[in-house]
Amino acid sequence: MSTPSLRTERLTIRFGGHVAVHGVTCAFRPGELTAIVGPNGAGKTTWFNLVSGQLTPTEGRIFLGERDITGLSPSARALAGVGRAFQLTNLFPRLTVLENVRLAVQARRRAGGRLLSRAAADRDTIAEAMRYVERTRLAAVAGLPAAALPHGDQRKLEVALLLAMEPQVFMFDEPTAGMSVDEAPAILELIAEIREDRSKTILLVEHKMDVVRALADRIVVLHNGELVADGRPGAVMALPIVREIYLGVGAEKAA
Amino acid sequence: MTGDLPSAPPRRIPAGRLAVYAIVGSIGLALMFAPFLFPDLRAQEVAARICVFIVLVASYDLLIGYTGIVSFAHTMFFGLGAYGTATALKAMGPGFDAILIGGGAGVVAALVLAALIGLLSLRVKAIFFAMVTLAAASVMLVLASQLSDLTGGEDGMTYEVPRLFSAATKLLTDADGKTLRLFGAAMNGKIAAYYFVFFSSLVLFVLMLRIVGSPLGTVLMAIRENEMRAEAIGYRVVAYRTAIFCIAAVIAALAGVLRAVWLKYVGPDVALSFAIMIDLLLMVVIGGMGTMVGAVIGVVVMSLAQFYLKDLMEVGAAATADLPLLPDLLNPDRWLLWLGLLFILLVYFFPAGIAGTLMGKGTRK
Ligand SMILES: Nc1ncnc2c1ncn2[C@@H]1O[C@H](COP(=O)(O)OP(=O)(O)O)[C@@H](O)[C@H]1O
Ligand SMILES: [Mg+2]
Repeated sequence: MSTPSLRTERLTIRFGGHVAVHGVTCAFRPGELTAIVGPNGAGKTTWFNLVSGQLTPTEGRIFLGERDITGLSPSARALAGVGRAFQLTNLFPRLTVLENVRLAVQARRRAGGRLLSRAAADRDTIAEAMRYVERTRLAAVAGLPAAALPHGDQRKLEVALLLAMEPQVFMFDEPTAGMSVDEAPAILELIAEIREDRSKTILLVEHKMDVVRALADRIVVLHNGELVADGRPGAVMALPIVREIYLGVGAEKAA
Repeated sequence: MTGDLPSAPPRRIPAGRLAVYAIVGSIGLALMFAPFLFPDLRAQEVAARICVFIVLVASYDLLIGYTGIVSFAHTMFFGLGAYGTATALKAMGPGFDAILIGGGAGVVAALVLAALIGLLSLRVKAIFFAMVTLAAASVMLVLASQLSDLTGGEDGMTYEVPRLFSAATKLLTDADGKTLRLFGAAMNGKIAAYYFVFFSSLVLFVLMLRIVGSPLGTVLMAIRENEMRAEAIGYRVVAYRTAIFCIAAVIAALAGVLRAVWLKYVGPDVALSFAIMIDLLLMVVIGGMGTMVGAVIGVVVMSLAQFYLKDLMEVGAAATADLPLLPDLLNPDRWLLWLGLLFILLVYFFPAGIAGTLMGKGTRK
């Protein structure tokens, strides 16, 4: 049993009186793909924001390996190995697809401060960025501004940025939301590929239960900001509380 | 190496982009040979001002156009370079050592001030940052007018520049020992001063072209496009913002040094006032934000209009003297009206600035 790569301890955030994430304690190991499920508004995206640093917790701590990263800026966490793709597409709209991806490669190589070399002449960085563009099947649109892409391709670019960060912890927030039926499998294949590696920690927020069943080693259920279930997919799916939340059985009571 | 990159489909250079490069190339050549092409004194003043302002506007565009930082302190940095140079030339006498020491002090002051403003306030909201720069610039303006022993107050100060740059210096003489004329241009110290300004400006402009084409340049645009995502993929946005704010301030101060050396006069109206700040904003917008070449076009269009619109109207009024209404409308006193009209038309027909709009043409099929 390896040590956890990511761990949150009693992680809590309040917005005014509303507790969006409430005392979530949870640890994730390398090589494991955990699906994070729960109804809309359960606090999944907010929990991601706390881990990747866009939000500061009211209480609780976040550890990457042995290191307490609770006080780190989002950029420092990214460089430390926490990578995040966003639920709502969050790109550099007027930059090209290749430039979008190159930015992520460049950041990882700590090369963003170079101000007198020509970016276009750094073949190494560009070739590496191009590999992620190809892996996400965006080669044909590499020269187009991100804003000009159809929604499905923007979702792919969102994933390409995450891949290009080469993080230790991958966080996917509904990566296939709004994608067409024939586009989604490409993204899920990519996630499966990362999982094959068995060295990375993967967190996947996903609503489609067939996807979860096919990919997840483990399921964590959030509900009203609290962690209500955590375990092997078969066991978690069978829990009464999960059936209640998910199948709407007694939904009123649960809410 | 490129062979195995199945990169983006080959791109033709669109017509709009070619047009912009042709315009900017012609402007570059015209400035390069300005003393020979336009030998009269006024034209030389205009050409030298254009050179300095291209640097000043391009450095401002690094902030507002490339990174999305709104600052009103840019003329303050320009003024620090100019006043530093002027006070040293006045105190130490006309020498290159004075330019080096005074200009150097101005540049260092600009750098320190930019770093302070940047670190203290670039992490807060953009509007607050803009207010801080406005406040700093106002304080500097008040200081310049209050410390009149040092700065000459509202009147500014005149001083001598190194002999090499003085109009009385004969660089080349003809058989009779008089200043030689080549294609109508007198080979005196003024031409040396012009080429000092021209080549220094060229070096600074090329430096900025390098910066925007560098990995850092892409990060700046990323911050402009989506600050939150830039931070999320690993860029410390505050550090990058502060760095480019300092770089732009140093370049503006260097432009101030050039202005002071050329003019032999420094005062609030030529180096520090908010009127200059507004000129900068207009030039950036007219040329096209976020394009270095836009700075060149914006400065040239604005400067030509500011210097020559009156003349043009005078000619127009005279030519139409017999017609009703027209001569009255073309009365040179109404030049600001026409300048305003020109701006409105430019912004209407070139919403992304002249360079920005032209370069956008033909890229979308
Ligand atoms: N910045 C914020 N300010 C106030 N409330 C927020 C904020 N972010 C999220 N919330 C609230 O927190 C709850 C959890 O939202 P979210 O994490 O987006 O849910 P999920 O991703 O599970 O659908 C929601 O009720 C949402 O309205
Ligand atoms: Mg969500």
